[in-house]
Amino acid sequence: MPIIVVEVMPKAELLDPAGKAVAGALHRLGHDRIAQVRIGKRFELHVDGEVDAALLAEVETVAGEMLANTVIEDVVTVEVLGAGVAGETH
Amino acid sequence: MNQHIPDTVDNAAATPEKHQPFEALGLKPDEYEAIKQLLGRRPTSGELAMYSVMWSEHCSYKSSKVHLRQFGQKVSDEMREHLMVGMGENAGVVDIGEGWAVTFKIESHNHPSYIEPFQGAATGVGGIVRDIISMGARPVAVMDALRFGAVDHADTARVLPGVVSGISFYGNCLGLPNIGGETWFDPIYQANPLVNALAVGVLRHEDLHLANARGVGNKVVLFGARTGGDGIGGASILASDTFSEGGPTKRPAVQVGDPFAEKVLIECCLELYREGLVEGIQDLGAAGISCATSELASNGDGGMAVDLDAVLLRDPSLTAEEILMSESQERMMAIVEPAKLEAFLAVTAKWDVETSVLGEVTDTGRLVIHWRGEKIVDVDPTTVAVDGPVYHRPMTRPAWLDALQADTAAALPRPADDDALRAQALQVLGGPNLADASWITNQYDYYVLGNTALAMPDDAGMIRVDEQSGLGVALATDANGRYCQLDPYQGAQLALAEAYRNVAATGASPRAVSDCLNFGSPENPEVMWQFAQAVEGLADACLELGIPVTGGNVSFYNQTGDVPIHPTPVVAVMGVIDDVARRIPSGWQDEGENLYLLGTTALELDGSAWAGVVHGHLGGTPPRVDLPAEKNLGGLLAVAADEGLVTSAHDLSDGGLVATLAEGVLRFGVGARLWLAELCERDGVDVATALFSESTARVLVSVAREDDVKFRGLCEGRGVPVLRIGVTDAEVDGLELQDRFSLTHAELRHAHRATLPAHFGAVVGG
Repeated sequence: MPIIVVEVMPKAELLDPAGKAVAGALHRLGHDRIAQVRIGKRFELHVDGEVDAALLAEVETVAGEMLANTVIEDVVTVEVLGAGVAGETH
Repeated sequence: MNQHIPDTVDNAAATPEKHQPFEALGLKPDEYEAIKQLLGRRPTSGELAMYSVMWSEHCSYKSSKVHLRQFGQKVSDEMREHLMVGMGENAGVVDIGEGWAVTFKIESHNHPSYIEPFQGAATGVGGIVRDIISMGARPVAVMDALRFGAVDHADTARVLPGVVSGISFYGNCLGLPNIGGETWFDPIYQANPLVNALAVGVLRHEDLHLANARGVGNKVVLFGARTGGDGIGGASILASDTFSEGGPTKRPAVQVGDPFAEKVLIECCLELYREGLVEGIQDLGAAGISCATSELASNGDGGMAVDLDAVLLRDPSLTAEEILMSESQERMMAIVEPAKLEAFLAVTAKWDVETSVLGEVTDTGRLVIHWRGEKIVDVDPTTVAVDGPVYHRPMTRPAWLDALQADTAAALPRPADDDALRAQALQVLGGPNLADASWITNQYDYYVLGNTALAMPDDAGMIRVDEQSGLGVALATDANGRYCQLDPYQGAQLALAEAYRNVAATGASPRAVSDCLNFGSPENPEVMWQFAQAVEGLADACLELGIPVTGGNVSFYNQTGDVPIHPTPVVAVMGVIDDVARRIPSGWQDEGENLYLLGTTALELDGSAWAGVVHGHLGGTPPRVDLPAEKNLGGLLAVAADEGLVTSAHDLSDGGLVATLAEGVLRFGVGARLWLAELCERDGVDVATALFSESTARVLVSVAREDDVKFRGLCEGRGVPVLRIGVTDAEVDGLELQDRFSLTHAELRHAHRATLPAHFGAVVGG
């Protein structure tokens, strides 16, 4: 069963308090070379049957309208897992 | 990517004809010309950024200033007596006795909350809390006045849960109790919800701090969160024009807040104050560094030199203009003596708060800002922060008003019989604006810190200030937009009268006012007329009641398309009580007590909940305002609380007597038997009017038998109309209106509590 992966990240300009907290924890543990952490979301959509262009387009729409809050987040990846076939990367 | 080349002061002087995007930044052509006149050249892009945000309606009050002056002019000695800091500072400060002072303020975050309800509302709470910190106070509570579109509209289901969740997230994480507020639904707010956040803080008199930069050579220090690309132009562009214009922007218009960073900032600031390390302080809100530097400088010695390269950035690609305009949250700016800088830095380091020294106070009368070695800003800070444009906008009394006022609810059919009366009573109780708001308030922590004496659903929130003496403050917010649409002058006075009465009903003595004036576009002469009327009404009423407006906020451009919201002047009243142990609760708890109605009832159904819920009607003129009666009633309740003469008090407002009775029964589950014949006869009204009229200056109290004579004597002595209309009775299941009808506890409970869950899902913890 093919899987479409959608990744959503907080907009680069906006504060990511959770990422900041993780970066702080890493620094306290001595991992000084990690400068910054940003935390996003990964969705795995399990598909019945084959993935075609129409479905990918549908998922891109869903990603922008529902999976991401595009006021504060960006959809960065829509792709079929393992196929190396990217939908669209913003 | 091209390297951003800063527009320097020299460059600006050398290239006078360069086109600048002043209109996209919200400036009008004549305002742009005025800036050129002030500078004697075109502004640099950095200066343009500063002027554009600081001259926006949101920051400059350019349309409202000429009207708001009345709050400073219509004042008596009585009003000045307790006022330590009035309008113009971050928040007003009021003496409450025993060496304690209270600072409180209500502010809007309407437009961001529509675009991104969660973060918009959350940062609204964060912003008002920083105003309180910047006065030297410890924040102790928050409240929220909310307006949403129709309760059954699909978009309300998007906006309301987001807003409530944002408020609870930020407030609960900060550990501040949310002690009250109000929620209204009306289609008029459909695409323009109102999120007005109030915060209150307490301080000892000697801890007072102000936002000014005095002492040449003193350091200008920025501390708190790093500066990023959040909400650039958010305040100015969002608050100054409609959403549809302008198109997509490169940077996000909203900000993301971090309440844990703010909590640390609160504790850090309080330690800095305690150690005496701060000369002046200002929070960073709308217009960020532009606002903080220009306001601090213009309130102080007049000069400041700042190096923007010292600003700690979250995103190194930010340009100078963006750094100046960024609205990144959880930041403060302090003025620090050089000798104390080391100690200051030690405190911020202890709290893990990043700090950088941006520059120092000068006596040049200029605010000079450098970036990458170049001078990019050289202005007189007063021209940025104080002497912005002032508009006398045209005003027109709306042509439709006469017809609206002529369409009185008195002409609407009253219930034909007792069955219809009973059905309408349940209908009114279940109306979205009267319905129980637990769906919202249960998401807030209202007992954290352990000093909450009263909270929802009582008439006002109450906080203990002094744990030894019991000294405390009560706060209530109110505004009936329907009344204000019918008559903005009277409507604003009614908002004040209701908030005053709500505070008085707890036994506290009202002492000061903060207001958040939400209106449509000031460029619409009818809206401007409504605004002027509301301000005049409020100022006149404050003078009569003897309580000053200590600060607040104006929010214009609240409209969808061309349709402005109903004028919504949210009024917050703060009162003082000597000992919170003497507070009066809003519901009766014991049986066999007499129920007295204080005040008189007239045929005043215009703009009422009954007219709205039962008939979908809005017309006529709102209830008569009687400020001397309100004052008299407030005085009586304070004495009654002090002497412990009443066991409960609940004001009558939206929904009239029937709402007050139902809430009294539901508060502690003790029933009541009522008779209204005497009331109808005394006041010359029918039963429906007695139940639904929204006449003002009325409070329902319960009095124990042993205090009966004394209480009646008190009322007679003070000339407050009093009538026994019932008794509390545990044998009665709910409400029994003698010879009329009964409503069981279960029926009341269902009518009151089912409305919000029906639209938004189950109540948390309910």
